[in-house]
Amino acid sequence: MTASAAAPVSERTGTSAPRILVFSTNNISDPGIDLAGSAHLHYSPGVRVISLPCTSGIRPSWIIHAVKQGFEGVFIASDGDECAYLPDCAKRASRIVAEAQGLLKAEGLAPQRLKMAAICSVCAENFAKHMIAFSEALTALRTTDAAGANR
Amino acid sequence: MSAKQPTTIPGARAAEPKARRIGVYVCHCGGNISDYVDVQAVADAVRHEPGVVVAKTMMFACSDAGQGEMEADIAANDLDGLVVASCSPKLHVVTFRGVAKRSGMNPYEYNQANIREQCSWTHTDDRAGATSKAIGLVRGVIGRTRLTEALEPLVVETTQKALIVGGGITGLRSAIGMADIGLGVFLVEREAELGGWVGRFGPIFPHERDGRELIAGLVVEIKKRPSIKVFTRAEVVTKTGTFGNYQVGIRVAADPPQTITAEVGSIVVATGFDSYQPAENEFGTGLDAVLTLPEFKDLVDHADGPLRHNGRPVRSLAYIYCVGSRQPDGNEYCSRFCCTATAHLSIRVAALDPRLRQYHLYRDIRTYGNFELLYTEARKSGAVYVKYPDDAPPVVSVEAGGGLAVAVRDLLSGDEELEIPVDLVVLVTGMVPRKNEEMVGLLKLPIGRDGFFNEIHPKLRPVETMVDGVLIAGACQGPKCSAESVASGLAAVTQSASVLKKGVAELDPLVATVDPDRCTWCGKCETACPYGAIEKLSLNGREVATISEAGCKGCGGCVPICPENAIDLRGYTDAQITAMIDGLLEEAIA
Repeated sequence: MTASAAAPVSERTGTSAPRILVFSTNNISDPGIDLAGSAHLHYSPGVRVISLPCTSGIRPSWIIHAVKQGFEGVFIASDGDECAYLPDCAKRASRIVAEAQGLLKAEGLAPQRLKMAAICSVCAENFAKHMIAFSEALTALRTTDAAGANR
Repeated sequence: MSAKQPTTIPGARAAEPKARRIGVYVCHCGGNISDYVDVQAVADAVRHEPGVVVAKTMMFACSDAGQGEMEADIAANDLDGLVVASCSPKLHVVTFRGVAKRSGMNPYEYNQANIREQCSWTHTDDRAGATSKAIGLVRGVIGRTRLTEALEPLVVETTQKALIVGGGITGLRSAIGMADIGLGVFLVEREAELGGWVGRFGPIFPHERDGRELIAGLVVEIKKRPSIKVFTRAEVVTKTGTFGNYQVGIRVAADPPQTITAEVGSIVVATGFDSYQPAENEFGTGLDAVLTLPEFKDLVDHADGPLRHNGRPVRSLAYIYCVGSRQPDGNEYCSRFCCTATAHLSIRVAALDPRLRQYHLYRDIRTYGNFELLYTEARKSGAVYVKYPDDAPPVVSVEAGGGLAVAVRDLLSGDEELEIPVDLVVLVTGMVPRKNEEMVGLLKLPIGRDGFFNEIHPKLRPVETMVDGVLIAGACQGPKCSAESVASGLAAVTQSASVLKKGVAELDPLVATVDPDRCTWCGKCETACPYGAIEKLSLNGREVATISEAGCKGCGGCVPICPENAIDLRGYTDAQITAMIDGLLEEAIA
């Protein structure tokens, strides 16, 4: 990876938190992520969110670019079946994930670096749990990387 | 969406990504952000970013003073891009676009970084981490703003009619308000009769108006207004269209059932609440002389002298407060109205029979505002208030003779244990959200943690939902008394009228566009668009895709479909998202 800056060291844990890029959606999952903040639920400050109108609009190339630039993982907080735009949004999002994971593999990057889950507008606790679990999984992946299996 | 006309915006100009003049404002939000994020460090870190001309902190960016300072900076520095790092964009994107517009800047040159809900509030335990993250977030948005372009809003004609779902006091009063302001109304009520809860009540606080008479009066007023069409035993079953032009299907339970299609510009949901129903044995529920608050109100409303229950005189009664409310394992919220409703009932009971002994067993009395006067009056009428501990609620038992007794610890008399024999126990039950999953799915209504419908912001946008043109009012938003419910219904009237009465509404022009030079017309985007917004166009002898601005919903679903990367979504272009990704990683303090 070509991180453009060192990953931040957490004041709380004293370790560098994996940086995670989250793609959320303006009307469904981003309000859920906001609600996690309003409830002061904690997760790693390595998490950064870009909100889009709809999960189906994510280019796989953005995911690859993010990982190559230094994000250790990308999380798609999808609309699931709640999408107001596209009734087949979940199916489209699955195709995007499959394509992106294929591209990650082709680049020699672990496909586990991409994860997707449906996050609704009130899924605050769910989102925080996902972030904590994904952060831990990516930290564990560093050990695997150190063994040379994956980046 | 109907015909649209482009609107000329002051300051509209072509994008000039290499010569931007951007102002960046980092908000303290009082201490909501600055208590956990070093906002000065954030402003200092981005001060020398390419294109940034102004970078400063503000105590409250959304205040009049904050907005005025930005407007002055835009004028003095000829700014052509604006970034505010503050709360969620859902709260203030309109506010700050307004700042841009008033200053002659194109409103779509403004972008917001969410460093409150998605940073300070969720990293309260990690100031260094939160500050570092905030710097990345602001840099990401600056990167996006360098690539913004002046856009013109889409203008759609709006239907000057509204749909109101729910024929309780909120829906009825809202319908009258809509009609009086010149909007047509379709009022849909699931029950056979209009009126909801209030239509079954006798006198209610704060004005001692009889609920049944109140509703009857509103129904008379509605009948005077031919622009209001009322459907009872009806429900909304379909919804298509967009803000300003919704088509809703209303199914009426006639024989045979009828479905009517209504064209409306806005939808007001005023479906009310249900009353908490205690579980079997909860505080004696199931016993003959244990009533919920609505049951007891009905008893009092129908009494014309000293109270009798099931033929027996009531000489003493105990009210147990907070049943089903403020419970760690149940409804955590306070229902707000019930303390006052009970004080009001207590006064009426004392008037019916001054000798009746009334014991109010409470955790906290929350008769807010002027309702405190009712609490004082209830005590003056002889009612005894006993404060019990949160972790030791009263216990209802049946005595040997068949009467009821309530055991309670009285915190205000040295934690003394009391056993009070009573003829009646009233469980002061609160409001719970009404279950209506079909309508929630149909209208995409956001539900909060308490199960009630969620407005965007309780103070700033108190009746709006995330779905443009779908408004919520009354107790479906959360516990409210009738006066508060009506007030929120009238807010929904004003909100509807502010858009619909103009006859046109402005929508974000963040729609998909095609680069005809890249497009080789494979037809995949046309197939992917369920709105039929994409068509084949013959251009200079080549077949390319073209996207209708009026038909495009701005989802971006066609963007990743295109094998030539020829499609971009305005505001979320490939270049902008890539720049954001890069900026988000640049969190180190320069």
